[in-house]
Amino acid sequence: MSREMSMVPAAKPRTYYGHPVLKPPVWSPEVGVYLFTGGLAGGSAVLAATARAQGNDVLARRALGTALAGVAMSPALLIKDLGVPRRFHHMLRVVKVTSPMNLGTWILSGVGAALGIAAACDVLGIMPRVRRVAETGAAVLGPVLSTYTAVLLSDTAVPAWHGAQLELPFVFAASSAATAGAAATILTPQSHARPACAVALGGVVAEIAAAEAMKRRLGDAGDPYHGGESGRFGRVATALGALGAGALVLGRRRRPLAVAGAAAVLAASFCERWSIFRAGTASASDPRYTVDLQRGRLTA
Amino acid sequence: MIAGPPTIVSHLVDTRSHDATGAPRSMGFFTDTSICIGCKACEVACKEWNHVPQDGLDWTGESYDNTGCIGANSWRHVAFIEQARPVRQDDGAHGDLRWLMASDVCKHCAKAGCLDVCPTGALMRTEFGTVVVQSDVCNGCGYCVSACPFGVIDRREEDGRVWKCTLCYDRLRGDMEPACAQACPTKSIQFGPVDELRRIADDRVRTLHRRGVSEARLYGADRDDGVGGFGAFFLLLDDPEVYGLPPTPVVPTRDLGRMWGAAAAAAVSMVAGVVVAALRSRA
Repeated sequence: MSREMSMVPAAKPRTYYGHPVLKPPVWSPEVGVYLFTGGLAGGSAVLAATARAQGNDVLARRALGTALAGVAMSPALLIKDLGVPRRFHHMLRVVKVTSPMNLGTWILSGVGAALGIAAACDVLGIMPRVRRVAETGAAVLGPVLSTYTAVLLSDTAVPAWHGAQLELPFVFAASSAATAGAAATILTPQSHARPACAVALGGVVAEIAAAEAMKRRLGDAGDPYHGGESGRFGRVATALGALGAGALVLGRRRRPLAVAGAAAVLAASFCERWSIFRAGTASASDPRYTVDLQRGRLTA
Repeated sequence: MIAGPPTIVSHLVDTRSHDATGAPRSMGFFTDTSICIGCKACEVACKEWNHVPQDGLDWTGESYDNTGCIGANSWRHVAFIEQARPVRQDDGAHGDLRWLMASDVCKHCAKAGCLDVCPTGALMRTEFGTVVVQSDVCNGCGYCVSACPFGVIDRREEDGRVWKCTLCYDRLRGDMEPACAQACPTKSIQFGPVDELRRIADDRVRTLHRRGVSEARLYGADRDDGVGGFGAFFLLLDDPEVYGLPPTPVVPTRDLGRMWGAAAAAAVSMVAGVVVAALRSRA
């Protein structure tokens, strides 16, 4: 028997037969994937407009295409998640400022429409002024598309999400920029890809830093980010992100290395978002987080 | 169980949901767990009236509770807690087991997270101040499930929509008591105008304290709490978490302004970052 054995029995958490206080999120994996595709679209819309302003049409067109692909996939994923998919349009029967999901649906619809118009004009080579307005509109709404999902998750009773409300938008914004830059790095010829490479590099470094800051400030409430599935994906995200950043730096003049680095950045961002998505389930399923946080026995 | 004298029955409330002019009143429940006998008549009456499907026929091994928790298919849930501690019964006999029984239900929060986040408007505030899902509008997005600080509202797998206690909205419109309250044989579940119920609850706590039941406390009767007070509040004999309830629930939307502020700052930083990175790399 250890000499340092405590004379006081460990305080037993008082719960109802260990049942969770909260219901775990019912969202299907599609929502986790959407966090990625929506972010990719938002970031790419900004990158497209920036490249256009620089006169880099080669990059602009590819970023525009990526953004369009992202917003085209997103509604399908979100509708598949619904309990009653044929009622998807009920999301648009009201405008409700207290519901981030309602506003998000409007934002996604707006970005989708703007990108569709911009891409159509670009491909057909018609109405350059309309295209410019649509591209600018998508670039203004894009960052909102990239960050509203953080509000969506934070505006819940789930401790690991609600407690992360200040950092989560920065994680998602950085991840969004990183993926946009990485996708464009892969799709754009080397001669025009340098801005995309720089955005991917800056984005992934900011993403790792923001995610680290989030987990630190959360304290005990951030435990779900370190353990289980969420912890595994989080660690893979950090490792892949670091590798990807290194490859992007070394790959300035070596295209295969840059492409590999960009692919690692895309994978890292996906893992980061999956880690955050799954942490919500772990956090809601353990009554300790809900009760002890409210009792001030855990730090948050 | 702490049996009360017949005096509590004299606190009978006017349970009509409309006042003399026909205007609807704010109605709710006061669930006094000190006189709950764990008969589950409330669970049964709720299921019968509201056509709530069965929720599995399982033995949980958790005292007399085979319901487990509130969910899409259980809108009332009676919790059973067995505590090994000395008790003195009303007849003077002594025992060594304290039974806690409590019928849980949707709290019908004054500031309801489920209602705030619902993207379709399916969740609404009724003329009686209660929170109800319109099942012909709900598309099963599941946001309300994560926004409820009590884990009450849940998605029904069979039809994909969310369900919870309606405080018998249909019965209230006809000036009838909700099914659970009417079926409760001890008046542990009292139905009436929320203001009146709060007065009755305060009286009851004072009575219990006078009798030495110092652990009696109200849960959800304070309008200044994190959810603006419950439309359905409780008298408990132990900490809320012992019954599976959150000690200090807060509506998640309380911080919504801060969240959007952080999102706006992040969005601006992102644009600035992309522009700077792109400009610097052109040279």
